[in-house]
Amino acid sequence: MSQINSDRYAPFDPAPSLWSYRLLRLMLSPFLRRLIFYGIPVLLLIGVGLLNLTNEQRREQVLTAFNDLKMFVTERPEFMVNLMSLKGASVSVMQDIREVVPIDFPVSRFDLDLDHIRQIILGLGPVKDANVRVRSNGVLQVDVVERAPAFLWRRENGLEVLDETGIYVRTGASRLQHRDLPLIAGEGADSQVAQAQQLFEAAKPLRERLRGLVFIGERRWDVVLDNGQRLMLPEKNPVLALERLIAINQAEDLLERSVKVVDFRLQHRPTLQLRRRAMHEFKQTKLMQLGQIND
Amino acid sequence: MTDLYQKQRAMRAMRKAAMQRGVIAVLDVGSTKISCLILRFDGVNLNDESEGVGSIRGHSSFSVIGSATTASRGVGFGEVLSMREGERAIRTALQSAQKLANIRVDHVIACFSGGKPRSYGLAGEANVQNQVVSEQDIARVLSACDVPDYGDSREILHAQPVNFGLDDRSGLDDPRGQLGERLYTDVHMLTVDEKVIRDLAHCVKRCDLELAGVASSAYASAVSSLVEDEQELGAACIDIGGGATGVCVFLKKHMIYCDAVRLGGEHITRDVSMGLQVPIVTAERIKTINGGLFATGMDDRDMIEVRGDTGDWEHDRRLVSRTELIGIMRPRAEEILEEVRNHLDAAGFEHLPSQQIVLTGGSSLIPGLDGLASRILGQQVRLGRPLRIHRLPQAYSGPTCSSIVGLSLFAAHPQDEWWDFEMQPEGYPARSVKRAVRWFKENW
Ligand SMILES: Nc1ncnc2c1ncn2[C@@H]1O[C@H](COP(=O)(O)OP(=O)(O)O)[C@@H](O)[C@H]1O
Ligand SMILES: [Mg+2]
Repeated sequence: MSQINSDRYAPFDPAPSLWSYRLLRLMLSPFLRRLIFYGIPVLLLIGVGLLNLTNEQRREQVLTAFNDLKMFVTERPEFMVNLMSLKGASVSVMQDIREVVPIDFPVSRFDLDLDHIRQIILGLGPVKDANVRVRSNGVLQVDVVERAPAFLWRRENGLEVLDETGIYVRTGASRLQHRDLPLIAGEGADSQVAQAQQLFEAAKPLRERLRGLVFIGERRWDVVLDNGQRLMLPEKNPVLALERLIAINQAEDLLERSVKVVDFRLQHRPTLQLRRRAMHEFKQTKLMQLGQIND
Repeated sequence: MTDLYQKQRAMRAMRKAAMQRGVIAVLDVGSTKISCLILRFDGVNLNDESEGVGSIRGHSSFSVIGSATTASRGVGFGEVLSMREGERAIRTALQSAQKLANIRVDHVIACFSGGKPRSYGLAGEANVQNQVVSEQDIARVLSACDVPDYGDSREILHAQPVNFGLDDRSGLDDPRGQLGERLYTDVHMLTVDEKVIRDLAHCVKRCDLELAGVASSAYASAVSSLVEDEQELGAACIDIGGGATGVCVFLKKHMIYCDAVRLGGEHITRDVSMGLQVPIVTAERIKTINGGLFATGMDDRDMIEVRGDTGDWEHDRRLVSRTELIGIMRPRAEEILEEVRNHLDAAGFEHLPSQQIVLTGGSSLIPGLDGLASRILGQQVRLGRPLRIHRLPQAYSGPTCSSIVGLSLFAAHPQDEWWDFEMQPEGYPARSVKRAVRWFKENW
């Protein structure tokens, strides 16, 4: 209470005048305070700014100054990207990517639209997935997962390599180059590669003789073996049919005989078409059996 | 009477408005110092029905956001003596407090110790209308109270229902909802000189503030310095200020008696000044630094240097023994306490179950006052300090500030008063003061 004691008998009267008191209270009223401390300064700033901007030349100045500042920041060496590093792509794909990604290095990382670049790269056939990012040392790192070639598709105007989902990977130069890939043919075969894959699985026992699958009329498969033999599979459950056929073959060596076509389209009534000579021999034999050959 | 009722209700409305705004100022107009606190209410809980009857609820938590104290000018005996001086002093306090709080306040609750307060005990009875006591019944029993003729120039400051009785039960805090036929009540009424309130209201008005309530500072001191069981079991709070000494008796958590002695620390200072032939300022310093009430052998050798600036070297460099100083101070202190004792006797203080005396106010800091008081007033004497309230500055924790702290508590949680109930009081017959404790004696 010393503070109270010390001014108890103060020689002068510390009372504020009525008007200074009223002014204080006015200044303390919430609305006026907000107006004076925020409202008026903000209005002033906005006013000055607008006044400046009405002048065309000024506006240009401000704009260039702004751009300069932006350049100054974005063009700092820390933010520059100097080269692109590709990983996971074969040489030809790499070339393709370098061709389609339109970047003139060096470029600021703020000007790179990584998502856009990624979309471009994904647009390339052989690319399955791509990851594009900027590494800290100014390298644009592109990690690519290529599509694995799974089928060779013979079309009217050449060969196409497809991946396991039937998506185009690249054009094949010749069959010999892709000897390891199973061959399919026929319009629309690319939409049925899953089934083709199953059929190839089922046809494993015939691997030595298998030439390829032909998609007929965009609905069913033919299995083509060497020396022109053909197994016509039904539309429904072709895999089952093939498996049955192979079972028959293993039991009776059906395909070793002079059969040209095994027609399995009607499962309950398979039909064989013999080769012309065999047909002739068969006829002879039959006639002989019937004793009608008057030799 | 009607006039008063209207005025008090207007003040209640003002208080409500202040509560809604969340800030209110409290002002203690003492004869030595004028202090002002600015309170901010955090959340007003209007549904708190925990205590008391009536419509004034809303106990809320508050904190002090601004405070100021200035020396009183133009104030004596707890009254504004010079309007211009008093107004300027009040303005000083209000301005510094608002500046410190950085907020503008529009409502103020004030307390003062002067105005020759007088206590009355009123009683009233009425039939309960629908068996269950309702708010209307309480209003009716209050208006059935026989109001004594307290004089034309006086005004009611407080009129608080302190007790309710229902049929043969008494000592009820809140009879609402209880079953019964006849409802009794005891009301404690406090009147002061009308002029004092008017002067104070005028000063506040000149400071562009609205008066949202007035209280007796003796009552405010008691609110802050009596602890809960003292308020419950009976205690008197003696606030010995500069120009007036307030006496306030509490029982059952209600004020049942309030009075003021127009003597205080300033009279002691004046005695010292006259006795030692020193200016008032020096006397005040000597009193607060070296003052005491019990002389021991050592005090004979304890020489106090008395400084003066009359130019007379001999006169300005005197030495006075502390015994001499004590000899000057003690009679006046005794006189004050004797006077307090007379008032307490008149109030029937000895009938209370507990006769705790709590000394507070600036002059209770005089060393040995509690010892002197226990000789004159009774055995149970202690020195009181105000309660702590949230964010109260340290400088306000002493006994000099018990009335301003009590006023803050009063502002946050006012007692229900007569005018908080709907109906107007009507009758006027007189009753004795002792009536205030009658119900207690009968029903303890
Ligand atoms: N430490 C102290 N010792 C003795 N008296 C004191 C002391 N401090 C204050 N006083 C006295 O207390 C009185 C002021 O008490 P206070 O309660 O502040 O008065 P008021 O309520 O009238 O403003 C003054 O007369 C002062 O001399
Ligand atoms: Mg006081």
